[in-house]
Amino acid sequence: MTTWLGIDLGSTTTKAVLVNEDGKVVGAGLTNTRSNYDVAAAIARAEAIADAQLSRLEAELARNGEKNAAGTLAEVKRAVRIEQSLARLTQVRDRTVSLTRSAPDGGDVVADKTQALFDAIAKDGENVFAALAVDRSRFFRDMVAARILSDAENAARKRELPYDVVVGAYDRAIVDVENSEAAESVGVHLVRSLSHAKVSSESARRIEAAWKTLEAEPIDIKAMVGTGYGRSRLPFPKENIRSEILCHGLGAHAFFPKTRTVLDIGGQDTKAIQVDGDGVVTGFQMNDRCAAGCGRYLGYIAEEMNLGIHELGPLAMKATRAVKISSTCTVFAGVELRARLSLGEKRENILLGLHRAIILRAMSLLARSGGVSDELTFTGGVAKNQAVVQELTDLVGKHYGQRTLNIHTDSIFMGAMGAALFAKRGVQA
Amino acid sequence: MSADVKHAQKDVSQNRQKEMIAKHFTRLSKARENGEKVGYTFVPGNLTELLGVFDILPVYPEINALQSAMRQKSAGYIREAERLGHNEDVCTYVKCDIGMMTQGNIGPTGEKLPPPDLLLLSYTGCFTFMKWFELLRQEYGCEIAMLHVPYVPGQMPTSEMRQYVKGQLKDEVIPKMEKVSGKKFDPDALLARLKLSARAENDLVWVLESAKKRPSPIDAYFGSVYYVGPIFTGFRGTEDAVSYYKELRAEVEDRMSRGEGPVTPDGTLAKEKYRLVVEGPPNWTNFRDFWRIFYDEGAVFVASTYTKVGGLYDTGFRHDQEKDPLLALADYCIGCYTNLSLPQRVDLLEKYVREYEADGVVFNSIKSCNSFSAGQLVMLRELEKRTGIPGAFIESDLVDPRYYSQANIKNRIESYLQMLSARKAGGHVAQPASLKLPVVAGGH
Repeated sequence: MTTWLGIDLGSTTTKAVLVNEDGKVVGAGLTNTRSNYDVAAAIARAEAIADAQLSRLEAELARNGEKNAAGTLAEVKRAVRIEQSLARLTQVRDRTVSLTRSAPDGGDVVADKTQALFDAIAKDGENVFAALAVDRSRFFRDMVAARILSDAENAARKRELPYDVVVGAYDRAIVDVENSEAAESVGVHLVRSLSHAKVSSESARRIEAAWKTLEAEPIDIKAMVGTGYGRSRLPFPKENIRSEILCHGLGAHAFFPKTRTVLDIGGQDTKAIQVDGDGVVTGFQMNDRCAAGCGRYLGYIAEEMNLGIHELGPLAMKATRAVKISSTCTVFAGVELRARLSLGEKRENILLGLHRAIILRAMSLLARSGGVSDELTFTGGVAKNQAVVQELTDLVGKHYGQRTLNIHTDSIFMGAMGAALFAKRGVQA
Repeated sequence: MSADVKHAQKDVSQNRQKEMIAKHFTRLSKARENGEKVGYTFVPGNLTELLGVFDILPVYPEINALQSAMRQKSAGYIREAERLGHNEDVCTYVKCDIGMMTQGNIGPTGEKLPPPDLLLLSYTGCFTFMKWFELLRQEYGCEIAMLHVPYVPGQMPTSEMRQYVKGQLKDEVIPKMEKVSGKKFDPDALLARLKLSARAENDLVWVLESAKKRPSPIDAYFGSVYYVGPIFTGFRGTEDAVSYYKELRAEVEDRMSRGEGPVTPDGTLAKEKYRLVVEGPPNWTNFRDFWRIFYDEGAVFVASTYTKVGGLYDTGFRHDQEKDPLLALADYCIGCYTNLSLPQRVDLLEKYVREYEADGVVFNSIKSCNSFSAGQLVMLRELEKRTGIPGAFIESDLVDPRYYSQANIKNRIESYLQMLSARKAGGHVAQPASLKLPVVAGGH
């Protein structure tokens, strides 16, 4: 299989996408960028390749008479993702258990009980990793942390385990495991997953046969292009490095070909991009000197309110009115928030005002970049927040009239997608 | 190419300029003992020839500030000024100068600067200059002369405007200079100096316009801030300046005949990939890093408005065109880039984009300079509309390193240049296949 690779080294996550000759995504990988860019790029790339190895099963299955090859493959991919997560969980378990055993307040008893905690999670793997298995933009770390923290807390309340020891060991273990590639091959996970995948025994037989045929064939990566803040760290020649603005533009165009304006709100910057009918960037603006109004703004507000970042949007949606927040500075907005709370203003109303403040900043960048043309594609982590989307829809409608707003579950991969398409297109001078 | 700070390559003319400047500062440091008078003044609308007629030695506080920044001293000076109570939003040239003054007034060559006998303010668009000299007068208690240059709302100054400036020169500025220097005004001496100015100006314009060639033998921003040095400061109207520009012109002619690009700190630029026009001053604290962002990508500035703040010569003005030398000075002051209206600035930028066949336009907005930055976004928009070329907008500061972010600016400029090359490649862009993936939020 001939593919082209795009790698997007972002400030919080690293993404890899492989496209085939038709420019279709055949493999995608995602990892945290907390450690270093080289490791993150290698892991994301390995994940994307494993994903691509599975993707090519589809054609082979169809050739062997499988009726709904696409549906079968989707289920197989889901089951493999569960298997991969379980394998990773085993790595985390072993590392955590070993750390608790040697911890000053740990020991054999604590280690054994910790092992039992992890085994219980593994037993419930289908549930724990259900969301991760179908949504590629979710993180293994979040799925496991949600369970392990609450289970450890319960155990601690019953005085069965010292909470700090377990969580401290887990925090170290997860970083170690995230910074290493999978121990087993995708083939191993595939075979194991067939025992619980919801496919007929006949389909399972076809899958095994197809895998045998394809296993030896390597995934051929013809060319690669890197993008994102860490792009200069990639061991690529200069021509193979593309700015994330161009990649986001082309990626958004690939997902939604009618896109003319792209708004990307990421962790530390906001970009307003204009693209033409071919996905070529014709103009752009970014936030300057100050990152107020970006993803970290919401992170800070969540901390101030002692809430999870994913809770902000739903809470703001309950507002009856938006409180006017005048400060554009993240820290001052926090001060305003406290002042309003002390005056008896409802939390949700303040929150809606804060969400509106983000979009007001974005609107100014959009205006600077040349306005909002139809269609508008909204990307970046902040696009997952319903209240932000609501405010954007409202303000775009008021300023520019009705526009189609595109938001994609896989929007996190848009930069990597654009990079892969640049690689495929052939590097231009 | 490698970045060796110690052995940065330079134009040959730069060494000559260095000698000229060194001589000037040594003379300044001995002004008191030699009984020479000193006048502080600003670059835009400077009356250097007139000061020269009265043998008053000029000092340019904003040039000292930018030199302090290039020598990494501005951060400390600014801190000192803020400690004295100057707000964070105040012009950083002012704070850098105030800081330098309180730290012993040691100039860029390490020699002490003399206090002024005269503060000569030629107001050409920057309101802060007035406040700056109010502060200096409080410190030095010396004579002060102010020339008010009117803003020109249309394209051409009226004769009343010219007479208004001339009248002030005659009735206020010259009598003040006579008083400070103890010398009588000699119009012939001024005319002689203005003739010398024009000779240097002819060669300067030739050098700036050499950028119309492909490849351009000069960088009309980073390189040319050096080229305009002598003519913007104490050397206009002197034989020194005439020979400097003659030499500079020969140097550029030589480079042009060999088909060579501009000299960067890392050597001669190998390949000109992008031709850019720029609006706004450069950042001085990270001058070389800022420059490198461009030359690493093969981007050359072919025209800049900043190199016109001390006088606009490439639209035809010369100091010797008027028989009446005071009217010539009036025309010069009125025509400085800092005194131009926004429509005039846009016209000039449009002319540069077309005449120099530019691929792109960069605007550098200055955090602490409202007089330069106000209106830049509107100008950019208008320019984009007229030329069809998208502009890049970056933000930094003159001499405050706290407002310069290399990573952000580099990211912005690299993206911009890649966008330009994608646009150049234009038509033959492959149409990528669309993906059939689920949509979570639809249209409205």
